[in-house]
Amino acid sequence: MTGSPLHIAIALDGAGWHPAAWRAEDARPRELFTAAYWAGLVAEAERGLVDFVTLEDSLGLQSAAFHLPDDRTDQVRGSLDAVLLAAHLAPLTTHIGLVPTTNVTHTEPFHLAIGIATLDHASKGRAGWRPQISSRAADASHFGRRTTPQLTADDVRDSELIAKRLRPLFAEGAEVVEVARRLWDSWEDDAEIRDAATGRFVDRDKLHHIDFDGTYFSVKGPSITPRPPQGRPLVVSLAHASTPYEFAAHASDVVHVTPHDRAGTAAILGQVDEAVERTGRDVRDRPLLKFADLLVFLDQEPGAAARRKSRLDDLADAELASDAQIFVGTPSGLADLLLDWSTAGLDGFRLRPGTLPHDLTAVTRGLVPELQRRGAFRTAYDATTLRGHLHLPRPHSRYAQGG
Amino acid sequence: MPTTRRKQVHLAAQLPGIHNVTAWSDPRSESQIAIGSFIRLAQTAERGKFDFFFLAEGLRLREHKGRIYDLDVVGRPENLTVLSALSAVTTHLGLAATVNATFNEPYEVARRLATLDHLSGGRSAWNVVTSYDAFTGENFRRGGFLDEADRYTRAAEFLGLTRELWDSWASGDLPADAERDEFVRPGAGHFAHRGRHFDVSGRFTTPRGPQGHPVIIQSGESDAGREFAASDADVIFSKYNQLDVARAFYRDVKRRLATYGRTPDMLKIMPTASVVVADTDEEAAAYAAEITRALVSPQTAIAHLEAVWGRDLSGYDPDGPLPDVEPAADAHFLKGHSVFRKGRGETARQWRKLAEERNLSMRELVIEVNGGQTFIGSPRTVADAIDHFVQTDGADGFVLVPHLTPGGLDDLVDRVVPLLQEKGVFRKEYTGKLLRDHLGVRAPEYTARPVGDEKETR
Repeated sequence: MTGSPLHIAIALDGAGWHPAAWRAEDARPRELFTAAYWAGLVAEAERGLVDFVTLEDSLGLQSAAFHLPDDRTDQVRGSLDAVLLAAHLAPLTTHIGLVPTTNVTHTEPFHLAIGIATLDHASKGRAGWRPQISSRAADASHFGRRTTPQLTADDVRDSELIAKRLRPLFAEGAEVVEVARRLWDSWEDDAEIRDAATGRFVDRDKLHHIDFDGTYFSVKGPSITPRPPQGRPLVVSLAHASTPYEFAAHASDVVHVTPHDRAGTAAILGQVDEAVERTGRDVRDRPLLKFADLLVFLDQEPGAAARRKSRLDDLADAELASDAQIFVGTPSGLADLLLDWSTAGLDGFRLRPGTLPHDLTAVTRGLVPELQRRGAFRTAYDATTLRGHLHLPRPHSRYAQGG
Repeated sequence: MPTTRRKQVHLAAQLPGIHNVTAWSDPRSESQIAIGSFIRLAQTAERGKFDFFFLAEGLRLREHKGRIYDLDVVGRPENLTVLSALSAVTTHLGLAATVNATFNEPYEVARRLATLDHLSGGRSAWNVVTSYDAFTGENFRRGGFLDEADRYTRAAEFLGLTRELWDSWASGDLPADAERDEFVRPGAGHFAHRGRHFDVSGRFTTPRGPQGHPVIIQSGESDAGREFAASDADVIFSKYNQLDVARAFYRDVKRRLATYGRTPDMLKIMPTASVVVADTDEEAAAYAAEITRALVSPQTAIAHLEAVWGRDLSGYDPDGPLPDVEPAADAHFLKGHSVFRKGRGETARQWRKLAEERNLSMRELVIEVNGGQTFIGSPRTVADAIDHFVQTDGADGFVLVPHLTPGGLDDLVDRVVPLLQEKGVFRKEYTGKLLRDHLGVRAPEYTARPVGDEKETR
């Protein structure tokens, strides 16, 4: 392996990404709403030196089809607020990045900005944020303040069609991220002065109204929360089509894409690059890292992962379907694939464990040592912030002199 | 002698950090935002077997004469986020967040509080506050839309709806039974609510937390606020920490509970108070005077007078007499600070009278009206005073605001709490896991899910 080592993120969700994961042999379905369950998973991920974990979330109950609520009782339902869960995990960990998902359609931008800033303070610089639009019209009735487009069965057959229907929500979401970044910048790093002689706790010339007046809303600022340790916590998004690629080009530091092979990877990254060009983003100044998502079933013994997956498919009475490529095999086989795909220009991968904790442990104790042997993954953390792990610079406040 | 158990004291600790209650210029004063400060204060409170740790809220930085007010501590975290972090490094301490009901929606507030209740194993509390402040509203896409008259009707409906959401999952709704292939019970989380302020329906995401309903706190002494607390809260905060007015407040609030079919012990009354402890009463008095003075710098004195006078007074000497000019009619110099919101003319008259009677300079006057510390003295003196206040029905306990972050609770916990324990009026160990256990307040009776195709029949 030549070139840069890979970055690895783990996507944590419920009992794992297979709909029947909660029925797997080592699943702990009664513990999904306990802090200890999540603390154990993140400790394992940190033991594996991964860059960060993402935590899924939504302002509605999970459903089999992502755009329509259902009354199924045979899959995991229910969730905890991901930002609060990440905050709980912060003092229990020391290095790993914590990236909660939040809704940017129904939640106030100001609350989102101070929540993520607080997570960055609580984790001493390990916060990320995955802003997500609300693609389910039913969720709007939880708030009663607005309506959002109802996707049809025709729409959801094609990710480009989905994105087109939801385009205004993406545009609004990009404004939410812009507001959050400005609020994070609204306190310069050295605003707190504690100058007893003049009685001033802060230098108010270093606190700034952001005066954001966008297409969808306005926010005055400044933030109530001092500038986060990372300056701007990391923004991560998942994208399957041109509109979300454009969202990522505007808003994200890391974009997750869902190719199905190396050639497809190259094609998608080309589309991402085009979106970056359309938005005029200078990636030398603001790099955009590209990760591919994979849903993984891993066992050292050849054939074992396939047997596990097949048993879960039987229990679910359906073959697993996913937006991401599904990998079923050995850690060594997965290492081959990652190194192959990465030649198309990927910076890293986000792995979605098929079941928890099994496929997480297989990553940390199987895949990671395998990649380390090949010189493709860190053997120790060499930074304490999430930006540090990803070699991304700490941005200056846009309001600072010379910043 | 009868062995009736003495009335028990409840204690909460509030992180200081707004208004001039924090002596930030003291060399021992550390960061107001670093997580280490929060952890140190919370763990100290837990070592002292406190009922809960409390955070206030302010969603816009205050402004003075059109610029950010820079004389007090500025900068605070998002409350529920930092309390969730603290839930990982504490085991029994209650965790209470102020969350504004005006700039949030019930679905999210219910969800976040239920999440904290899960993460903390049943230690969450919500101080329900409302705002009709267009100034703060400028930070929110919905703006500051609420009429003052609607504050409590909306707050009451907001809280009622939040309770419906907490009840939308029954405690048996998560069988997670692999044999029967049933993770969740049918209908879990269904809700529908139509009222004057909210028209919402759907599925709630978060299963019932350990407490069922987090502890509900109301702060505010107005008639409507008292009624709201008597009808639907577990704790009421107040500013009445002088015994005579506190007892009147206590009697008035407790008597209101019967109207709602509640008994007096179902609502705990906890005034805000501060404590200064030293080896002797004399040393404590001297230290208290020093703190009080540190909290009102010359610049702070001028700013407070400007807020009331509505005029620029920067040319006046803070150690000289009050300004010889009259207050301006309609200027609003200090925004986002509720104390100076109304009645400035009357306040100015009172202040001038007080200053003339007592021959006070501007700074001395502000120190005087700012008020001193509540309990001052040796550990014995302070413990006796706290006990007396509670036994004579001035309060059920106190929210204590230390003047130093993060070491401001140390003396209290190390020197006063043991004396309260010795008197048999404060717990030596936690006897329950839930904040409701510490406070002795039950959750409301569970009401069945309002809608749903699968009602409990057994």
